Amino acid sequence: MRKILIATTAIMASSVAAMAEGTLNLYNWGNYTNPELLEKFTKETGIDVTVTDYDSNTTALAKVEAGGSGFDLVVPSHNYIPIYVGKGLLAELDHSRLSNIGNIADEWADVPWDPNRAHSIPWQWGSTGIAVNTKAYSGDPHTSDIFLDPPEELVGKVNVVPEMSDVMAMAIFNVGGEACTEDLEVLRKVRDKLMAAKPSWLSMDYGTTDKLSSGDYVASVNWNGSTMRARINNPDVVYGYPKEGYPLFMDSVALLADANNVDEAYQFLDFIMVPENAAMISNFARYANGIAGSEPFMPDEMKTAPEIVTPAEHADAGRFLPTCPPSATELYTSIWTELLK
Amino acid sequence: MSGGAHGRSKGLNGWLLSLPALVLLFVAASGPLLIVAVYSFLEKGDYSGVRWIFSGDAWFRVLFEKDIFDGTVSLADANLSIFWRSVKLSLATTFITFVLGLPTAWFIATRAAKARAIWLFLITIPFWTNLLIRTFAIMEVIRNQGLLNTALINLGVISEPIQILYTDTAVLIGMAYVYLPLMVLPLFAAIDRFDMRLIEAGYDLYASRWLILRRIILPIIKPGIVAGCILVFVPSLGAYVTPRVLGGGKNMMIGNFIELQFGQGQNWPLGAALSMVLLIVVMGALLLYTRVSSRDDPHG
Repeated sequence: MRKILIATTAIMASSVAAMAEGTLNLYNWGNYTNPELLEKFTKETGIDVTVTDYDSNTTALAKVEAGGSGFDLVVPSHNYIPIYVGKGLLAELDHSRLSNIGNIADEWADVPWDPNRAHSIPWQWGSTGIAVNTKAYSGDPHTSDIFLDPPEELVGKVNVVPEMSDVMAMAIFNVGGEACTEDLEVLRKVRDKLMAAKPSWLSMDYGTTDKLSSGDYVASVNWNGSTMRARINNPDVVYGYPKEGYPLFMDSVALLADANNVDEAYQFLDFIMVPENAAMISNFARYANGIAGSEPFMPDEMKTAPEIVTPAEHADAGRFLPTCPPSATELYTSIWTELLK
Repeated sequence: MSGGAHGRSKGLNGWLLSLPALVLLFVAASGPLLIVAVYSFLEKGDYSGVRWIFSGDAWFRVLFEKDIFDGTVSLADANLSIFWRSVKLSLATTFITFVLGLPTAWFIATRAAKARAIWLFLITIPFWTNLLIRTFAIMEVIRNQGLLNTALINLGVISEPIQILYTDTAVLIGMAYVYLPLMVLPLFAAIDRFDMRLIEAGYDLYASRWLILRRIILPIIKPGIVAGCILVFVPSLGAYVTPRVLGGGKNMMIGNFIELQFGQGQNWPLGAALSMVLLIVVMGALLLYTRVSSRDDPHG
């Protein structure tokens, strides 16, 4: 009995010691964190990082909001940062503890969804556009008509990712509306357009990287980084930036108000703003980061990738989606339900 | 007199002894259900969660829909068609598993004891693998560049791949495959108890094979049939993974519809109300089961 007690105490003591060395709980999108980045961080600081995955902003928000999650850092999309802040879930960042804060590229240093970066540090950013296999369709890929009014070659072959806010935004842009619009005239056109287009769709599914690579999908609404990964496997895949307008996103790392490992979290935030480390993030998931000077550390294939480096003529059509008010989401859910009924 | 007192204390003891189990059952089974029920009567919170204000809005939205363009209120056509699709696919799954399951169960039940154990073991093997992985395996078989289409093309049977994936057929194949063991096992249990001499008796009385199946076998193994049907129908109704992966997500089933409300739709009370409706349908099916199996039970 005493032996067991001693053993137990020893185990407890050693686990306390491990805690003192530092642990960090990162709550991030699945398949989004470069394991080599974490290894390097642990080597430099002695802090062990545990990553937990989520697959949607809503899942992450619900879990964090429930409290007691034990997570220290979370990586919400830009339009979710104001929701987190509004609910008091994020701690304001003390910039004096972040020696590399100046490395954030000028364009990302002060953003509408997080003025002066008070709550978040850039992780990766990208766009939602169209992936097309040129073997199936050789026309202009830079239009959302590919899925909203498919060309003859693609009828019955288009996949649409079931991401309501992105798809609704692209459809709204296509008929000339603004993101988060509650203008019923615009929404009526959106509804009619989507309903008319749906019979020409093959599916509404994720997993686009694999299926674009294999040729199961020859056209899909897709994210730029995923399209690049598919194109590396299958050179016929091209990425289109819809001229009618396409959504941009930036996922940013934020410190939770109820974080237990605050010091470790600050070390991590500072660590990922080192250009070399930021480049590691991009090299894994194939999205651009927001850190100035990270480019020299990226492989050439990313520096020149047409999916990552937005060609100048398409840059203007990209728009960051604001946080839609609940009233707009309600309208969109109604249309979405009618679409998928 | 003392016997009565003894009986009472025995009854009381019984209650006391089962108290931990009863408490656990209540807290673990009824507690979460109660939360779902309560949430369905609350106002939806901004972006997620609920606000603690009573509201019948969610239940109204289950039954009726207000056209967002002209404001007219009508019966919730979208919800109805989603529910109807789920019920239809679940009934079809139940039928398919029954047609495939009955001969399978009969075959196993009529083997020698040792062989029977092996066959039963084989039936339960799929349960060792995660549902998601089994569903993805089915996808590998039926997708356009998959096993089936490649084989058929190489054999020269077809020149273009057949589009099976992302259709209702794919969902049916997937659900029938996943739920087949749940049909076979109760059928086997019923057939196992069946007295084969009754068939001989039937033949002696010049009954045809069809008549024996219809008038002797089916009525006697009916409890097994009903149990199997319920075991398949109920999880089919709430299926989420299979329609999502194999159905291509173009048309929702109830499970996906509920997920939409808790996720992107940001309307938890509606999700809770829809879950309650699903629960009510399942309870209805179970009530039907108890009524059907207690009425004209040949052994009873």
